[in-house]
Amino acid sequence: MTDTITLLQGFFGFTWPVVSNLAKIFAIIVPLLLGVAYLTYAERKIIGYMQVRIGPNRVGPKGWLQPIADGLKLFMKEIVIPAGASKGVFLLAPLLALGPALAAWAVVPFGPELMVANIDASLLYVMAITSMGVYGIVLAGWASNSKYSFLGGMRAAAQIVSYELAMGFALVGVLLAAQSLNLVEIVNGQQGGMFNWYWLPLFPLFIVYLIAGVAETNRAPFDVVEGESEIVGFHVEYSGFAFAIFFLAEYANMILVATMTSLLFLGGWNPPIEVAPFTWIPGFFWLFAKACFILFLFLWFRATFPRYRYDQIMRLGWKVFIPVTLVWLMVVAAAMQTPYGYLFH
Amino acid sequence: MNKIKSFFSTFLLIELLKGMALTGRYMFARKITVQFPEERTPLSPRFRGLHAQRRYPNGEERCIACKLCEAACPALAITIESAQREDGTRRTTRYDIDLTKCIFCGYCEEACPVDAIVETRVFDYHGEKRGDLYYTKDMLLAVGDKHEAQIARDRAADAKYR
Repeated sequence: MTDTITLLQGFFGFTWPVVSNLAKIFAIIVPLLLGVAYLTYAERKIIGYMQVRIGPNRVGPKGWLQPIADGLKLFMKEIVIPAGASKGVFLLAPLLALGPALAAWAVVPFGPELMVANIDASLLYVMAITSMGVYGIVLAGWASNSKYSFLGGMRAAAQIVSYELAMGFALVGVLLAAQSLNLVEIVNGQQGGMFNWYWLPLFPLFIVYLIAGVAETNRAPFDVVEGESEIVGFHVEYSGFAFAIFFLAEYANMILVATMTSLLFLGGWNPPIEVAPFTWIPGFFWLFAKACFILFLFLWFRATFPRYRYDQIMRLGWKVFIPVTLVWLMVVAAAMQTPYGYLFH
Repeated sequence: MNKIKSFFSTFLLIELLKGMALTGRYMFARKITVQFPEERTPLSPRFRGLHAQRRYPNGEERCIACKLCEAACPALAITIESAQREDGTRRTTRYDIDLTKCIFCGYCEEACPVDAIVETRVFDYHGEKRGDLYYTKDMLLAVGDKHEAQIARDRAADAKYR
């Protein structure tokens, strides 16, 4: 392995850092986009099963080619630009939504050594980058020059900003427990089986983070932003591939939130029990399994809960989650000063 | 007391978990989807699908151009013109049903004194142009010839209720 790397290094010469980083980026983006495609398939299948239906099963064996067919369909469709739209911003907005959803993956560790960049404040970086995603949505709503999409964009902005707070407070709890902003160290702080993972001492924060994550990604039951049937969302004026990019961004964000939840609260790449058969399985597999579990929860929520009314969303965010996180932060911070503080590390 | 109880059941997400348990159970329930072209649901003998004109076993068309169906049709989908044939009987020279107008109420079938116009079990037909759904006498007779066995069975099954 090292021999091949030195060989390649010699071949590319001074362009090696660029080439190796590009290779790493491709190694993340391509599986991610495939993951997005098959997440849509899993969503349709699982929700179908929960509704006593079969779900897509016509394209390819058991419908495995369905996401490819969907993608091709969107790719072939025309991108309609509304007459009064601000053309540049209209076309830029989907990229502003997708960019952050992909950029955040730069610091996500898939194993103790397996990541594009290991920076000290990687948690802060993820928070900062994911907050940028709302610009794409607001600008899309504004640039469409339509009342419906504008109102949809405003709803999205208010919702995302509100839940960002609860999410941030939940992460402060993780910082208190791990005493680091580095994702690798946060995960390493959770070694030693599933009872050392942070979901147990920080259980209220775990729940708040999970639900705020659902709200952040505008998923059901917090999907007033798009609200297919009753209310119209920020992307009413988008069609074809421009719409597909918003779709990609939403699902990439879902996968990101699921991965972050597994890293921060479910021990990342650590196996649930640190004994022989479990430790043989590579860490990447455990992270993948945990992220899949969280994604399954996302789909389960969507199949179960009716959509929240808008004022209920705001009430939940401001009057329930923020007080709950603040109280539990105080509990954790105070307990750290007592002899029982080790329970929270 | 009730207020406190409802507060806790809301705050601890108990109701939401109950809902998730329900959908979780249904995930493993037997699926009821009918895979249409391969699987079909059973149809009643009274099913009202595509129309057909019937013939007697000797090949003579049943329709005597009495125009009761045309009069009964609430959607005015039937157009009939009649003339005397060489053998002195009254026959239709034109019998058209515009399926884009038809509401499949079955009144034509009920009105018919000789069971000539009937509705069959055929429901999966299509037209690629508007005109394709304008069925003429020949087309209706062709449908009748093709499905005569089924049509006769359905009439026989329903005869005692008429």
